[in-house]
Amino acid sequence: MTRPQGTLIRNTMAARINHWITAGCFVLLMLSGLSMFHPMLFFLSELFGGGQWTRAVHPWIGIVLSLSYLGLIVQFWRENQWNRDDIAWMRVIDRVLANEERGVPEVARFNAGQKFVFWSMALLVPALLLTGLTIWEVYFGSYTSIEVQRTAVLIHSLAAIAAILVWITHVYAAIWVRGSVRGMTQGYVTPGWAWRHHRKWLRRLAATGSDGPSPRNER
Amino acid sequence: MSDLQSQDYIRISASTLTPPSTRRHEDQVAKLIDTSRCIGCKACQSACMEWNNLRQEVGHFEGSYDNPMDLSPSVWTLMRFTEWEDDKGNLEWLIRKDGCMHCEDPGCLKACPAPGAIVQYANGIVDFISENCIGCGYCVKGCPFDIPRVSPVDHKSYKCTLCSDRVSVGLEPACVKACPTGAIMFGAKTDMQEWAGERIADLKSRGFDNAGLYDPPGVNGTHVMYVLHHADKPSIYANLPDQPRISPLVDLWKGVVKPLSLVGIALAAIAGFLHWIVEGPNEVEPQDEADAANILKRGSKSP
Repeated sequence: MTRPQGTLIRNTMAARINHWITAGCFVLLMLSGLSMFHPMLFFLSELFGGGQWTRAVHPWIGIVLSLSYLGLIVQFWRENQWNRDDIAWMRVIDRVLANEERGVPEVARFNAGQKFVFWSMALLVPALLLTGLTIWEVYFGSYTSIEVQRTAVLIHSLAAIAAILVWITHVYAAIWVRGSVRGMTQGYVTPGWAWRHHRKWLRRLAATGSDGPSPRNER
Repeated sequence: MSDLQSQDYIRISASTLTPPSTRRHEDQVAKLIDTSRCIGCKACQSACMEWNNLRQEVGHFEGSYDNPMDLSPSVWTLMRFTEWEDDKGNLEWLIRKDGCMHCEDPGCLKACPAPGAIVQYANGIVDFISENCIGCGYCVKGCPFDIPRVSPVDHKSYKCTLCSDRVSVGLEPACVKACPTGAIMFGAKTDMQEWAGERIADLKSRGFDNAGLYDPPGVNGTHVMYVLHHADKPSIYANLPDQPRISPLVDLWKGVVKPLSLVGIALAAIAGFLHWIVEGPNEVEPQDEADAANILKRGSKSP
């Protein structure tokens, strides 16, 4: 993709494709899963061709998402490692939420909120995969006891709700912090955006003469 | 089973509305299975196959009188044979006709996510409406008796209908009609309880001190009841649950998690919207671009 002069690469093409496969799967899983979770949302199953199709297709989408999220883990885990600065950032989360930039520690490529989204999904996706396989009636229904399946379906529901709450946080933050969505669609951000939200990242890019997404010496 | 406009529903699965129920003033029915009069002839199994046009694939001899070995999408009732020794060493041959118990509080219906796939009529019969079934197997998890079986061919769940089609036109279930010893009786639930009382008194007079009626209160009673000679230990009858109830896991899932989750999701979305109208978007300002340009200028000089 052509990138305007002077902008920084926020996400590589591979990361963007990987992200949007995951995102598409997540939305489909959420719609189909919720339709089988609450009767008032059963109408959503019509989007998938009815209840039988919804039940049949949901686990397959889950498989694709699991593989796709594995790709995201491989691409992003290094820059999502938790460190002391994240705790300082979390301490002033009220300033962050109030669009107040003063007194907020400088942030590298990802802030503590983004890391929270990354790691909670890294925990929830495998939990959903494992419990989902257990209750995949067509192929694995006979492999476990009914009591195990009852536990699995309960954990699956709870983990799914947790994932949806994390997803709402993720989507809202992207809308709230202007310029972020383009960072994941077209892949670039302006230096001003980096200065405002990821100053430490910008400093490292500048110091190593890199256009992003990673400082040159860290490649 | 049926497309009849019943208008006599007590419950309909996955529905937040009151089902059509104006024609509900009818007797609650029950099937009474007297294990002490059963001779294990399997006429009930044959009658069930015949009336419902079910044919299980022929299997292999497994060293047991049980034939076939388990319930299946095409085996809705099954005689289960147990050789049991009492504490004096006397052998007793316990025979129990297994199948859906038609619980007053049906776990399958509670767990079902498909609107109208499981219904309970005013007479107490719990029925699976196949056209609405999505084949998820939640009914299997909801059932305290391990009864429903999902077909791997058509992905629909099946179990005994208590011959709801026959009962709705005033006939007794096929198994009842076929039983040669009167071990299976059918009628109003109160009549069946009364009849069971007579049978239990008779059994007690003949030395079965623990004879009793199996109508488990954990599921608010059932519309299929057993007379057991050893009602103090139902589990000796091929693992008939001693105190069946809907699993607390299923209760938690469908009773608490289901409604609270939607509230939680709605609150999260509302919180986001409120933040947007209170604090607004976080925009990059011209000063940010100027500061950033400075950094980049310095950066390009230094390496």
